[in-house]
Amino acid sequence: MAAIIAAVDRAAFFEFLTRMGDNTLILGHRVSEWCGHAPVLEEDIALANTALDLIGQTQLWLGLAGEIEGKGRNADNLAFLRDAGGFRNVLLVERPNGDFGQTLMRQFLFDAWHHGMLTALTASADPRVAEIAAKALKEVSYHLERSSDLVIRLGDGTPESHKRMQQALDDIWTYTGELFVADETDRAMAEAGIAPDPARLRAKWEEIVTGVLTEAALKIPATGYVHKGGRRGVHTEHLGYILADMQFLQRAYPGAVW
Amino acid sequence: MPAVTKPSTEEVWRWLSEVPDPEIPVISLTDLGIIRDVAWDDDTLVVTVTPTYSGCPATTVINLDIEHALRGRGIGKLRLDRRLSPPWTTDWISEAGREKLKDYGIAPPIDGTAADGRLVARAKRLAEGANLAIACPRCGSTRTEKVSQFGSTPCKASYRCRDCLEPFDYFKCI
Repeated sequence: MAAIIAAVDRAAFFEFLTRMGDNTLILGHRVSEWCGHAPVLEEDIALANTALDLIGQTQLWLGLAGEIEGKGRNADNLAFLRDAGGFRNVLLVERPNGDFGQTLMRQFLFDAWHHGMLTALTASADPRVAEIAAKALKEVSYHLERSSDLVIRLGDGTPESHKRMQQALDDIWTYTGELFVADETDRAMAEAGIAPDPARLRAKWEEIVTGVLTEAALKIPATGYVHKGGRRGVHTEHLGYILADMQFLQRAYPGAVW
Repeated sequence: MPAVTKPSTEEVWRWLSEVPDPEIPVISLTDLGIIRDVAWDDDTLVVTVTPTYSGCPATTVINLDIEHALRGRGIGKLRLDRRLSPPWTTDWISEAGREKLKDYGIAPPIDGTAADGRLVARAKRLAEGANLAIACPRCGSTRTEKVSQFGSTPCKASYRCRDCLEPFDYFKCI
């Protein structure tokens, strides 16, 4: 009986870790698409650095996921050899980049959640999770500072920048709810003390988001609609295009190394 | 047959203090504070390294450089361990390292100024930012301004001096 429970926990733990790693992987890939295309050089560098942090965190999360799974898969195998249905990222991070405002708004809404999640995970019952979270939190603190600063500057900026930021918020808002919807995996993780119940992160997230958006003179959409599915492997068509780009080399030349 | 002599860990630390950081070659790996431990596990030398940023591309090169340097000193059995906790902080950059950074044209980190994700009202944040006296490594003026929170490597931010007008890197606190 104990063995069965441990096996269930292991599956849930793997699931949880792929959610963490897939969020950072897909957002990291999305943000890296800006490299060489940002409106100004400093922002190009900032976007590339943010992407780099996220990909680094992915190596830690997916590396641990592979260890927990115990089937010999490493972070690279998980990133490059799973198909869309195997990915567990929220739909928010696979949204197309759009213009700079849309990229930033997506980043801010994600950063505000990410910061709260990592803060909670530093107290995880699993020390491996806690140490990855503590490492990542230092980096994400800078991400959140930058994205909230820019959301305010552009939201409360020129009529054109304000219009674009409001449009970005309206377009993406319904993708944020998925971050807080708990399922069996989350309940198993919360019971084991490994991760918080996602719903518990909502109040703090709303406080940060409301504060920044108010300062940015932006209106939070009234709709309560929630697009969801990514965390159980049901994705929008955008993920397939990301994977086609990201996984091409390993699919075409299996096992290729530097 | 003479017994194989193992160099002392102090000796190994000295060797590592001569290995330059691949991105900022004026400072060594020990100046940067990323070597966490040097120990013998029976006849295997174990060097424990912590990454600066989780995605820092220099990490692989650093491991190669350590291996190359120690093999060059005749170390046969060597293992490199990664330790994440406690996470690296700029507080671990040595005093000598800070001086070398400054001479090289990179403003050293000012302890206690790391972002903590705490969001304060913009007016307060801007005021605090202005009070943060980051001295220009070229002319020493503290009339400097942040251009971007991110610079040429993950660990740096871009600044500009309003007196000598030179742009410079600031080794930001983490």
